Amino acid sequence: MDQAMFARFRKCAVEVLSVSEDQVVPEAKFGDDLDADSLDLVELVMALEEEFGVEVPEEDLEGIETVGQAYDLVVGKL
Amino acid sequence: MGLLDGKNIVITGVLTDASLAFGVAQLAQNEGASVVLTGAGRALSLTERVARKLPRPVDVFELDVTVPEHLDNVRAALAEKWGRVDGVLHAIGFAPEACLGDDFMAPTWTDVSVALHISAYSLKALADAFAPLMTNGGSFVGLDFDNSVAWPAYNWMGVSKSALESISRYLAVALGARGIRSNLVAAGPVKTMAAKSIPGFKKFEDAWDDRAPLGWDVTDSSAVAKACVALLSDWFPATTGEIVHVDGGYHAVGA
Ligand SMILES: NC(=O)c1ccc[n+]([C@@H]2O[C@H](COP(=O)([O-])OP(=O)(O)OC[C@H]3O[C@@H](n4cnc5c(N)ncnc54)[C@H](O)[C@@H]3O)[C@@H](O)[C@H]2O)c1
Repeated sequence: MDQAMFARFRKCAVEVLSVSEDQVVPEAKFGDDLDADSLDLVELVMALEEEFGVEVPEEDLEGIETVGQAYDLVVGKL
Repeated sequence: MGLLDGKNIVITGVLTDASLAFGVAQLAQNEGASVVLTGAGRALSLTERVARKLPRPVDVFELDVTVPEHLDNVRAALAEKWGRVDGVLHAIGFAPEACLGDDFMAPTWTDVSVALHISAYSLKALADAFAPLMTNGGSFVGLDFDNSVAWPAYNWMGVSKSALESISRYLAVALGARGIRSNLVAAGPVKTMAAKSIPGFKKFEDAWDDRAPLGWDVTDSSAVAKACVALLSDWFPATTGEIVHVDGGYHAVGA
């Protein structure tokens, strides 16, 4: 995992989800660990789209449960 | 020349770029309208974010339809910004979880009253707020799901839609003398955040495409946007209290 890229991802997650940096680790679950609901996830993805200049269709979010999965999804669009 | 040149349009209900209201906002701008968006509660930050995907920059105001001060604030802000409002899109729906799903008997009046307040009475609340600024006539357009029959799982959201249909007709009566129209667009199912929270939504999806004479694509709301923009324009000057179906023709066939 590219550390610089993950740092940009982490910055968005901290801002949108109001969590601390050390909570944003690849294995963290959005629901259980970060207290994020489906709207939070949609908002995070919008922030990531702006940050990375990619487009992530909403249906791609189905089944995304962890920070690592979301990171791979977004970076996979680059 | 655009269909909405010179018109000032208030658009509620933009949550994501899949929202029916987002398609309307986009097309309204492309047809020459000045547009503002409104967002509510938890959704406001999303509305602000998705607003940046529109062709031109827009103001976003906080408006939870159940909070009278919000309605007053937005009216005051628009009186200052535009002086006149020409059209309002109502794209607001919400029902507590107990109101949807397998058990029609489950919710209490407290649950049901929330659904009716946010999804139906809210059209009248928007009319209270914005009709006074419609000094040159105007158009209210709301999004409906045809509820002339009972649907699986739609339950109290369906009841709220029946109320919305009736409220729109009475608004047509109440506001007609001032040249203000009130119409609904009864849309076929489209995959939005609101639709995903309806437990039986999947069941509608395939059935719709099979049965609608024109077919139906649950990921494409552009036909809904066109109908809303047409009703907001001057091209339906003698149409009010109407429900226009944009559903591929589904409502017209029996099986
Ligand atoms: N998607 C469909 O299949 C479909 C079909 C027919 C009609 N509709 C109707 O279209 C309208 C828009 O829904 P959508 O499908 O675009 O989903 P959506 O989830 O994108 O929009 C629903 C909107 O309602 C807003 N809202 C909820 N509570 C509110 C409140 N208290 N104050 C102000 N706004 C509030 C939300 O912020 C959101 O923007 C709804 O009335 C819905 O019933 C949808």
